Amino acid sequence: MTDQHGQAYKEEAYELLAELETSLLELEESPDDRELIGRVFRAMHTIKGSGAMFGFDDIAAFTHEVETVFDLVRNDKLTVTKELINLTLAARDQITAMLDASGGAGSVNASVSVKIINGLRALLPQATTSAAPVAVPVETGPATTLNGVTYRIRFRPSRDIFANGTNPIGLLNELRELGQSKVLAQLCNIPVLTDLDPETCYIYWDVILTSGRGIDAIRDVFIFVEDDCEINIDVIEDGIPGDEGCDKKLGEILVERGDLAPDDMHEIIATQKRFGEILVDKGLVTPESVQTALVEQRYVKEVRKERQKLEAAASIRVPAEKLDILVNLVGELVTIQARLTQTANGRQDSELETIAEEVERLTGELRDNALNIRMLPIGSTFSKFKRLVHDLSNELGKQIEMTTAGAETELDKTVIEKLNDPLVHLIRNSIDHGIESPESRQAVGKTRMGTIHLAATHSGDSVLITITDDGAGLDKEVIRAKAIEKGLITATAELTEKEIFAQIFAPGFSTAKKVTNVSGRGVGMDVVKRAIDALRGRIEISSRRREGTTISIRIPLTLAIIESLLVKIGVDRFLIPLSLVHECVELTRTDVANAHGRNLAAVRGQMVPYIPLRKRFCIGGEAPDIEQIVITQVDGIRVGVVVDHVIGEHQTVIKSLGKVYRDVSGVSGATILGDGAVALILDIPHLLREVELEAP
Amino acid sequence: MSVAAITETTQYLTFVLDRETFALDVAKVREILDSPGVTRVPQTPEYMRGVINLRGSVVPVIDLRLKFGMSETVQTVNTCVIVVEIDVEGELIILGALADSVQEVIDLESEQIEPAPRIGTKLNTDFIKGIGKHNEQFIMILNIDKVFSSEGLTSIRETGTEYSKPDSNSSGSDFAS
Repeated sequence: MTDQHGQAYKEEAYELLAELETSLLELEESPDDRELIGRVFRAMHTIKGSGAMFGFDDIAAFTHEVETVFDLVRNDKLTVTKELINLTLAARDQITAMLDASGGAGSVNASVSVKIINGLRALLPQATTSAAPVAVPVETGPATTLNGVTYRIRFRPSRDIFANGTNPIGLLNELRELGQSKVLAQLCNIPVLTDLDPETCYIYWDVILTSGRGIDAIRDVFIFVEDDCEINIDVIEDGIPGDEGCDKKLGEILVERGDLAPDDMHEIIATQKRFGEILVDKGLVTPESVQTALVEQRYVKEVRKERQKLEAAASIRVPAEKLDILVNLVGELVTIQARLTQTANGRQDSELETIAEEVERLTGELRDNALNIRMLPIGSTFSKFKRLVHDLSNELGKQIEMTTAGAETELDKTVIEKLNDPLVHLIRNSIDHGIESPESRQAVGKTRMGTIHLAATHSGDSVLITITDDGAGLDKEVIRAKAIEKGLITATAELTEKEIFAQIFAPGFSTAKKVTNVSGRGVGMDVVKRAIDALRGRIEISSRRREGTTISIRIPLTLAIIESLLVKIGVDRFLIPLSLVHECVELTRTDVANAHGRNLAAVRGQMVPYIPLRKRFCIGGEAPDIEQIVITQVDGIRVGVVVDHVIGEHQTVIKSLGKVYRDVSGVSGATILGDGAVALILDIPHLLREVELEAP
Repeated sequence: MSVAAITETTQYLTFVLDRETFALDVAKVREILDSPGVTRVPQTPEYMRGVINLRGSVVPVIDLRLKFGMSETVQTVNTCVIVVEIDVEGELIILGALADSVQEVIDLESEQIEPAPRIGTKLNTDFIKGIGKHNEQFIMILNIDKVFSSEGLTSIRETGTEYSKPDSNSSGSDFAS
């Protein structure tokens, strides 16, 4: 065993454990789902099997216990109970701990293992309790078969094999355990009934077996009978991927098996009829031989096809940092491409311009692809939350069901990672403060079981994640009183419902009367808000007293590269995310004069407020006679941004302004333009909020 | 700041701000650039000149003269950006500092450096590691980490929503709705 294999096993095991958790939680909801039971069993089986193979004996032994129980469940000898699920989840955590420990991280509490095993054994029906040996299994399980070599085994037992007390069926069964196989019985030697001696074996078998266990393992099966039986083992498919050799012809197979002489084959081929039929017609081979040869041909073809399919669908494991480097490089390429385009346009050289355009197109595709590689479905985090809900609701004595939608929604890997903590906080809050205890739910006429719904959907260039619970809802007055008490708002401030709810994101705000170990320390919501802000996302709360709370989070798809509109004020250049831009209209001096100091423009009969950026950002110099209003839409509000000129679209590689400018307002980041200068990306929603706050 | 703390390093980069010579521990200096085009970041303090493109990364630039209460740096052929690595709350940050001109790298023995006097310097004494003497000239040795981690730099502006004081900003309303 090498470290590399051990590592591969661990990675696989962690994946299986994650899958196992999901399956278990689903199984809790539908305990009779045979498919799920099978999935749990298979996961356990593979962890055990490969664990033993790679020297993780403790894991194999422990997992074996759990597998035993699920084997009974699979065979309808045991039913799935909540207790079983809880124990299995605990076992899953223990296996994870064992894996961690084998990597040198932390240690395993052996008493926990014993407790789990005893718990599981207690669930077993009496008869099987005694028979639970902690044997380290040798077989690898049927999961790995396709990676093996395909053999043709002709097993022709001696006629008096029965007299020796050997049952050929047992041998065949043993063979079948080695991998995926097809057993074909050759019946041509069976005499008519009157001549039949029941104690003689007339049958011989062709077995086509795909196994990764090597030819010796096959020979071992026949070790006691090889002296008086005819056993031929040939490799018919070597299992080396990429071997593009054509499938064997029927004739070739028969010749190889010795069923047909090569000369006869060539003679037959010359007649160019249906090969198999001709052979039978001529009495050279029996119809059965042709039949089995055909089966073999088909079998090998299928194995090949299946493997190709596997290879085609196979994914490659790539360390995340490699992808990050790739995306960074693509980012730099996009920057340099902008420079190339700019230079080409200034040269009046049509040939160069064509090349620049080609490069632009390719870079765009490369960018989309590179970013796409990092996209992951958000579902993987959803399943983690299911576990959280399961554990916490048990702990708090609440009955909560979690439903999810849109698990397939894809988001940038880095975004998903950064979303995890805020979502955990929010779901914890829903469980702890939102959903009431079963008794109080019943008292107000709700079902005892509370629901938390977690949903993700694409909307434009962002993803909308909502967490909805049907709990007690937020109390506007309590929040307001608390905010006044904490000095966050003045007693006289007139706030909309939305603004009051937004108070719970203020640092140090917590309305929970009792501090539990789940939530209620007043840290959390402000951390959530900051994390979402860091993702350039927005978070909002809507709630109805006694009906529940919905928290919506809107997150941009990617943090790396966006399309934006390049604008200019004086010598400064800014970028506005194109996803927000609706249109551009002109603003003349006369328009400004007619507005009498109001920052409102009439756009096709509608009044649109605008923000004069030159004034807001204190940029010196005179505005041109005709300014441009870039009209954007934020949260359904149309707002214009006044700039000197609109330069055009720009592929913007987002660079952070760093810690120093962390709290700067109105700007969300920077990018490097084609000429090497830095331009700032405007944070329109933030600007709008600021302006709204300043409004009387 | 005790003298004992600075006996280990002996090489300093000297530079001029408004005819006064300052020095920085060379270990803190990453590189020196000719003054490039600085992009101003709106709604930030004067002394934060903006950001520059340092081979693809965006690096903030600070006007040390303004930070030290002198007049704003005026661009000349000698104006440089000293790119420094500073440690703010345990995090390494790359920053550019504008200087009127960069002089040389000098060796200073620890006995050539005296602690900063409590009075008599125009600067906040927290920013000064000590005062060195070189060629009959006093050199102010800066504690660059302190200069940049001092108030305000990491949180230029509190952006928390301030409901308690609506319309405190004199820039007035941009919406006259």
